[in-house]
Amino acid sequence: MKEALELLGRVPAHPESRCWFLAWSPGGALLASCGGDRVVRLWGREGPGWCCRAVLGEGHQRTVRRVAWSPCGSYLASASFDATTCIWKKQEDGFECVTTLEGHENEVKSVAWAPSGTLLATCSRDKSVWVWEVDEEEEYECVSVLNSHTQDVKHVVWHPNQELLASASYDDTVKLYHEEEDDWVCCATLEGHESTVWSLAFDRSGERLASCSDDKTVRVWRRYKPGNEEGVACSGTDPTWKCVCNLSGYHTRTIYDVAWCHLTGALATACGDDAIRVFEESPSSDPQQPTFSLAAHVPRAHSQDVNCVAWNPKEPGLLASCSDDGEIAFWKYQRPEVC
Amino acid sequence: MVGPGPGGGAPLENANPLIYRRSGERPVTAREEDDELPDSIDDREIFDLIRSINDPEHPLTLEELNVVEQMRVKVNDAESTVAVEFTPTIPHCSMATLIGLSIKVKLIRSLPERFKLDVHITPGTHASEHAVNKQLADKERVAAALENSHLLEVVNQCLSARS
Repeated sequence: MKEALELLGRVPAHPESRCWFLAWSPGGALLASCGGDRVVRLWGREGPGWCCRAVLGEGHQRTVRRVAWSPCGSYLASASFDATTCIWKKQEDGFECVTTLEGHENEVKSVAWAPSGTLLATCSRDKSVWVWEVDEEEEYECVSVLNSHTQDVKHVVWHPNQELLASASYDDTVKLYHEEEDDWVCCATLEGHESTVWSLAFDRSGERLASCSDDKTVRVWRRYKPGNEEGVACSGTDPTWKCVCNLSGYHTRTIYDVAWCHLTGALATACGDDAIRVFEESPSSDPQQPTFSLAAHVPRAHSQDVNCVAWNPKEPGLLASCSDDGEIAFWKYQRPEVC
Repeated sequence: MVGPGPGGGAPLENANPLIYRRSGERPVTAREEDDELPDSIDDREIFDLIRSINDPEHPLTLEELNVVEQMRVKVNDAESTVAVEFTPTIPHCSMATLIGLSIKVKLIRSLPERFKLDVHITPGTHASEHAVNKQLADKERVAAALENSHLLEVVNQCLSARS
């Protein structure tokens, strides 16, 4: 089973530190990494290996927890424990910090860009999710502060093509938000995880959302709109998100990240047991009760906790991962014949 | 996660704690004296790392207050895991998170990076056991706490050798 995930190479990306997160540029040519050394690095292919193209320093005073590319690929946002989010703009000779978003009371844990590129979301240990609007002058204005979570908010992610936002929290829930009469509101709370929800990933259609948790499970939630054929109850006009699959028994420690490939449909996880796993949905399974099987398992993918897994958006099967050991690893995933 | 710390002038929560006898030196076996043979890390070795950590309130060690005991240390060197249970002196001890954090930091600094560290409250000995355990298990919050210079100073005081 091991050969389904083949190691292509490793780089010591944030030596003497942690590598917390990775994000591929929309074109798939650049990989951004961030870490405990307070910098963001950009990686590009060079021959068979990967080399550092740029170091984005002097933006943050503390750990950079997550990074996100704008859909056009011209901007990069970085969320930091220093309570700010920096916006970096692509220039002829590199990236320059053009704006610093302030307002959160303490550590910013995550940042994400809406598919339109005009909205940005950030979340923090201060339990809030902020929605920012970007105008044509590149001015950022906070348009909503969402206080639905009761604890530290770990992750925010936007729907692949709608203005629907999802957040994951230390309060063990996932929440969804949309705009209603000029204001952002929480339209669903997904309950089921028994501990911190660390990360989220929508599938390509956006009809399903995967969540991973400190409870060592991955759950898949499906959207049911009012009047659905399956008879899932909805309140008013809001869709209901129902857990249709619970992947339990595969992970031995906290699952820190989940990535759902929009090209192949493969689901990868990053775990505190140092392993990377890839799951495939059984083609014959009932969409209302899908079954996923373990297609790849690399037990010691890194020498310490794996913090992030990221599928390349253009090259099917190219996976990047990073770890507390400071390294980034690149993998080639080949779907096994029998799955 | 920040408490008043030593010398903070706040009234002591547990003014008269029971004091326990310190254990003797670890007996060295013939095998350990043979430098040719590999020695795996055992429970006693982990206990020796944490038993002299200072209590944040009292001029006593965690061993003297029975907060840590060798029997509550479980090491599996082959699987690179260390689990430590600690017992707060009173069920409402506000220092529980700080004590757990000090144990965690001591082990992070002392052990090879391959080790997975789990620091928990002894079941049934603290009113907020679940909340403290969850906080200590969250490496992102521990990382953020250790970037807080005030808190780091308090932790370092707990970890410093007493003069």
